[in-house]
Amino acid sequence: MEGIEQLPEILRLASGYIYPNEAELHWGFLVVIYPYLTGLVAGAFILASLVKVFNVKALLPTYRLSMLTALSFLIVAPLPLLAHLGHPERSLQIFLTPQPKSAMAMFGFVYAWYLMMVLLAEIWLEYRIVLIEKGRTKKGLKKLFYKFVSLWDTDTSKKSIIFDHKAIHFITLVGIPSAFLLHGYVGFIFGAIKANPWWSSVLMPVVFLFSAIVSGIALVLILYTLTSLFKSRPIDMKCLEKLAAFLLYALLVDFSLEMLDFIHRLYESEESIEILGHMITNRLFISLIIVQMLLGTIIPLITLSILHIKKDMPVEFRRLGYLIAAVLIQMGIFSTRWNVVVGGQLFSKSLRGLTIYKVEMLGTEGLFMGILLLVLPLIILYFVAKILPMWQDDPVVDSGTK
Amino acid sequence: MSNIKREFDRRKFIKGCLLGGVGLGILPTLSKMHEVLGSTEKLAEYVPEIRSYGMGINVKACIGCGKCVNACEQENNVPKDPMYYRTWVERYTLLLSGETIVESPFGGSRGFTDTHQESKILKSFFVPKLCNHCKNAPCVQVCPVGATFTTSEGVVLVDKDYCIGCSYCLQACPYGARFMNPITHTADKCTFCYHRLSRGLLPACVEVCPTKARIFGDTKLRSSQLTRFFRQNEIQVLKGGLNTDPQVFYARLDGEVR
Repeated sequence: MEGIEQLPEILRLASGYIYPNEAELHWGFLVVIYPYLTGLVAGAFILASLVKVFNVKALLPTYRLSMLTALSFLIVAPLPLLAHLGHPERSLQIFLTPQPKSAMAMFGFVYAWYLMMVLLAEIWLEYRIVLIEKGRTKKGLKKLFYKFVSLWDTDTSKKSIIFDHKAIHFITLVGIPSAFLLHGYVGFIFGAIKANPWWSSVLMPVVFLFSAIVSGIALVLILYTLTSLFKSRPIDMKCLEKLAAFLLYALLVDFSLEMLDFIHRLYESEESIEILGHMITNRLFISLIIVQMLLGTIIPLITLSILHIKKDMPVEFRRLGYLIAAVLIQMGIFSTRWNVVVGGQLFSKSLRGLTIYKVEMLGTEGLFMGILLLVLPLIILYFVAKILPMWQDDPVVDSGTK
Repeated sequence: MSNIKREFDRRKFIKGCLLGGVGLGILPTLSKMHEVLGSTEKLAEYVPEIRSYGMGINVKACIGCGKCVNACEQENNVPKDPMYYRTWVERYTLLLSGETIVESPFGGSRGFTDTHQESKILKSFFVPKLCNHCKNAPCVQVCPVGATFTTSEGVVLVDKDYCIGCSYCLQACPYGARFMNPITHTADKCTFCYHRLSRGLLPACVEVCPTKARIFGDTKLRSSQLTRFFRQNEIQVLKGGLNTDPQVFYARLDGEVR
C-alpha cells in the first residue's frame, strides 16, 4: 500500500472516516445562495402583504419597494441553481419531463406560479395606471416599451381602478400561501432527505419560512433606510418603527423555532448526535455559533428589544440601531443557509468523520460568481425602479394605494 | 424369438449407454460453449421481467485484497482522479479500548497494511460496500427528471444522457454509493455490471473475488446461489431503519458497520 501522503489533499484534511465518494462536497456556495435569495423573495412579499391584506397602513411607504425587491431577487433566484448543474443545457427537462415523486421536480412549477401568477400579476395591476400614463406621455422607443409592458391597455376609468384594488387584494390573499409554499418548499427539499440527519427534520420548512420572513423584512429595512439616505428623502419613522417591530416579532419566532429544533435534537440524542456535536464545535463554530447565533440573532434581538421598549431614544440613534441590527440579521441568515447546506455535507453519512469545504475563487461555482449573483438582484432592482416609480409620492402614482 | 429380443435389448442397451456417455460428455461442453459463444443468443433469451437481482456479502470471507475494487475500475472505466468508487472495501478494527477505527485507503484497492498494535486489537474485519440497489431507492425518488430509475430486474441505473447533474441523488443516498462523474458531469454508481448480466455473466467484482465473499443471484429463484446464501446465513442489510429495502445482503455483519 502506498503512503497516506498520496491521498488527495481533501482526504488528508478530513478527520475520522468518510466514505471515499464523500471527499467531494457537491452542493457548494451557489446552492447556499439559492435558498438565501428565495428567502428574501418570500420575506419581502409577506411584508408587502401586510399592507394589502392586513391593512398595516404604517408600512405603505415600503409596499412598492417590497414588491420590486421580491421581483428582482426572484429573477436571479434560479441562476445559482442553473450554474451549479452538471448539464445546465438539460435544465428544461425539469419542466418537460418532471418526475412527480421528486421534491425538486416541483421547483419549476412553484417558481413559475409565484413569478407569473403572483408577483408579476400584482405588480402589473399596481403599476397599470402608471404604465398607461407613461405610454401616453413618452415618445419613440420608450413609448413603444411602455405600451408593450402595459399590454396596450388604455382603461384608466375609476371602475377599472376599483377592479385593480380588488384584484390586488385577491392576488395577495393567494400570494401569502404561495410565498409560504415557495420557501417552505425549499426547506422541504432539505428536510425530506432521511439520509441526512442534519437536514431531516419536519421543522425545516417552518424554520426556513420564518428565517425567510426575517431576512425579507431586514432587507427592505436596509434598502428603505439607504435609499432614503442617498436620495435625501425623509425617512418615515412610523414606517421604520413598524418595520423594526415586525422584524423583532419574526426574529423571536425564528429564534424560538431554531432553539426548539436544537433542544429537540439534543434531548433525543440520536445516533448522529456525536458527529453533529463535533461538527458544530469544530467546522461550524464560527459560522454557526459566532455569526448565526451571536451576531445574527442574539445581538440584533437585544438591540431591537431595547429600541422597542425605550421609545425615548434620539431618532438618529434609533435609525442607526435598526440599520445595524438589520445588517447583522442579513449576515446571520446567510450563515443559516450556509450552515444548513454546507453543514449537511461536512459530516460523513458513516457518522464517523468530518470533511472540509474550500470555496474556489474563480469558476462557475466560485466566490466571484457567488458575489455577482448576490449583487445582481440589486442592479436589477435599480433598473426596475427606473421604470416603475418606487415611492408613493413620485409623480404619476395615482394607482389607488393612497 | 426370445433370443432375438434379448439380442435387440442388449444392443439397445449398449447403444443407449454409448449415446448417454457421449451426451454426458458433450453437455457440459455445450453449456460452456453457450456461455462463451453466444452473447447474442443469451441476449435474445434474456427476459428481465422474471429476474430480481441481489448480492450477498459474506463478511467473514472477505480478506480485503481489493481485487473487486480493481476489477470494477477496469470493467466500468471508473475515473480515478481524485477518488471515485463504485465499490470499495472498508476495514473495521475494534480495539480493546472500545474504539472502532474504520479505514478505506484508496477504496481498499491497494489492500491494507497493519497499522495497529496487535495486542490492542479485539477483532478486525473487512466489509465490501457498493450501491445497495434499494427497492425503495431514495435516489430514484428524488431525481427530478427520472434519469435515475429501477429496471424490472431491480437494478438501479442512471441514464447519463438524461441526467441534469443536480446531485440531489447523491445527497439522498444514505450509503455514499454515488459520485459525480468528472467526465460526463452526471451521477455515477454501481450498475451490478448490468452490461454483463444481460449477457449471462456475473458482475466483475463477483467474478474476481478469490474467496467467494460476494455472491450474486436471483433473490426470488429458489435454486439460486443467493437464496442458498440466505438459507445458510443470518442476513442483515445496511441502515435497515431507513426503510430503503437494500438488495445487498450481508451475512455475519457486525453492529459497528454503517
